[in-house]
Amino acid sequence: MATQQTRLLGKLAVAPSVIVLFLWMIVPLALTIYFSLLRYNLLDPGNESFVGFFNYEYFLSDPAFFAAIGNSLKLVFAVLAISIVGGTLLALLLDQAIVGRNIVRLMVIAPFFIMPTVSALVWKNMFMHPVSGLFAWLMKSVGLEPIDWFAQYPLTAVIIMVAWQWLPFATLILLTAIQSLDEEQKEAAEMDGTPPISYFYYIVLPHLARPITVVILIETIFLLNVFAEIYVTGSGGPAGNLPYLVYFQGLLNFDVGGASAGGIVAVVLANIVAFFLIRMIGRNLEG
Amino acid sequence: MGTIVLKDVQKRFGDVTIIPNANLAIENGEFVVFVGPSGCGKSTLLRLIAGLEDVSAGEIIIDGSNAAQLPPAKRGLSMVFQSYALYPHMSVRNNIAFGLKMAGQPKAEIDAKVAKAAQVLNLADYLDRKPRQLSGGQRQRVAIGRAIVRQPKAFLFDEPLSNLDAALRVNMRIEIMQLHKSLGATMIYVTHDQVEAMTMADRIVVLNKGNIEQVGSPLELYNRPDSLFVAGFIGSPKMNFLTGEAATKHQAHTIGVRPEHIALSDRAGEWEGTIALAEHLGADTFLHIDAGRHGRLTVRAAGEYHLGPGSKIWLTPEKGRIHRFDDKGRAIR
Repeated sequence: MATQQTRLLGKLAVAPSVIVLFLWMIVPLALTIYFSLLRYNLLDPGNESFVGFFNYEYFLSDPAFFAAIGNSLKLVFAVLAISIVGGTLLALLLDQAIVGRNIVRLMVIAPFFIMPTVSALVWKNMFMHPVSGLFAWLMKSVGLEPIDWFAQYPLTAVIIMVAWQWLPFATLILLTAIQSLDEEQKEAAEMDGTPPISYFYYIVLPHLARPITVVILIETIFLLNVFAEIYVTGSGGPAGNLPYLVYFQGLLNFDVGGASAGGIVAVVLANIVAFFLIRMIGRNLEG
Repeated sequence: MGTIVLKDVQKRFGDVTIIPNANLAIENGEFVVFVGPSGCGKSTLLRLIAGLEDVSAGEIIIDGSNAAQLPPAKRGLSMVFQSYALYPHMSVRNNIAFGLKMAGQPKAEIDAKVAKAAQVLNLADYLDRKPRQLSGGQRQRVAIGRAIVRQPKAFLFDEPLSNLDAALRVNMRIEIMQLHKSLGATMIYVTHDQVEAMTMADRIVVLNKGNIEQVGSPLELYNRPDSLFVAGFIGSPKMNFLTGEAATKHQAHTIGVRPEHIALSDRAGEWEGTIALAEHLGADTFLHIDAGRHGRLTVRAAGEYHLGPGSKIWLTPEKGRIHRFDDKGRAIR
């Protein structure tokens, strides 16, 4: 009797937050699905009409869509590769007893705390600017033609900026993982006379398998949503990804219906990716 | 071959001295146990021999040559760790083979050695399992297997049984002793458990605050302890110590009598007391007795003792079983 009452009370107490969270998710999703089925243009308000799947046909057959998907994937994979390889190396370095380790660690973590908009502006104007940027100055000082990053290699430039932001996250997770490696295991490897490369390959890397999958999962979720870096640097035309395309459709072309359809496509794609990632992680957590 | 000699070995961590000065000679094929309370430096001493810690001064001579500056893998020793330290993502087979693989031995030879070790240790059926699929005792055996295959000059055990339950501990103790007999290898074994030390050792090294207090066979330590510390540490329950008048009578600062060397009587005896507590173990009863100015004494009585708490009782120490110590805690002989 008492436990039943407690349970009921518990459910009642939790209910408001569950309901709010549920509405928070389901209302925008339902509205987006609804809008995606309408002809809804902000230049022609009040004339909404039901058009079925026309918006989807339109969005999916747009050449810009495939370019955006390609950019999204390139961005995700490139940043993942850089942050995991670089993060592992940095974590190994920071695990060593180097002078001023605490300061170095703090500095390595710092980029993660900088707002994407700010970091994009700093990179654009202070590093990658073809006239006044640091990179341009470096190239000129050795007699080379400076690169106009956002004109010549916009996607690469975006990848560099985003990787710079996400490298600390991977480093932080992998560093803590390396530090959690059992001390006696290290000593056992030492007694076995394991050379450094073998030690990394046979002992450290398998130990990092799990944190690496966690980094992949979390970074993928956020990297699919990169927007500020592309918007602020104005490289949306050549290097725009799916979120940017949705923005472009909705707020520059005023086509709410098309943008909603794009948003739903993005949701579906993200779920497909998540499905495979969760399965991969599940396997890894078992092992 | 596997002789190990420690010559003036010292270990300091910064300003803290862990091992002030250790000298010890271990013969080939000996089973030596380092025993002492927590923080006495026994593990540190073992790690110095293994090479996992660097000596601050002194020599560690393995088979006649100084190994104090060699890296662990070059000393030809194997170690079994307290947590077993198995590689969790490798199968039992690969765990055992790893050291040989790192030493660059040919595959056929590795397979043969692993198979042989697995047979000796009853692990043949588990070779393809991962460590987490094994029980504590099996993991312990894998750790020993990993040590065996390298055919070391000596085995080092760092409290290997402390993670096992009591019944398994007794079994593994016997297995390790049998292993020692069949391999005939030098073994150094660290433990804080004096029962393990007494039952397993050819020679026991008792450590106290980093100093080697006494080295000797288990019965030597039991019958002729060199100091109060050794007398109190070896034997269970602990030896009774009496000071003052009772000791002066024997021309000593302190005298010690083991609980099993005191005769009980309900009529007369040398010391008088009241039973405060009786611990019944079935085969024995340990009586805790308030003996007035002599303090609280423990006495072992065989079987069930007929008197309970509150009863008056008289105690008489056995002649020739009284250990005498001077005011510095050294034995008077």
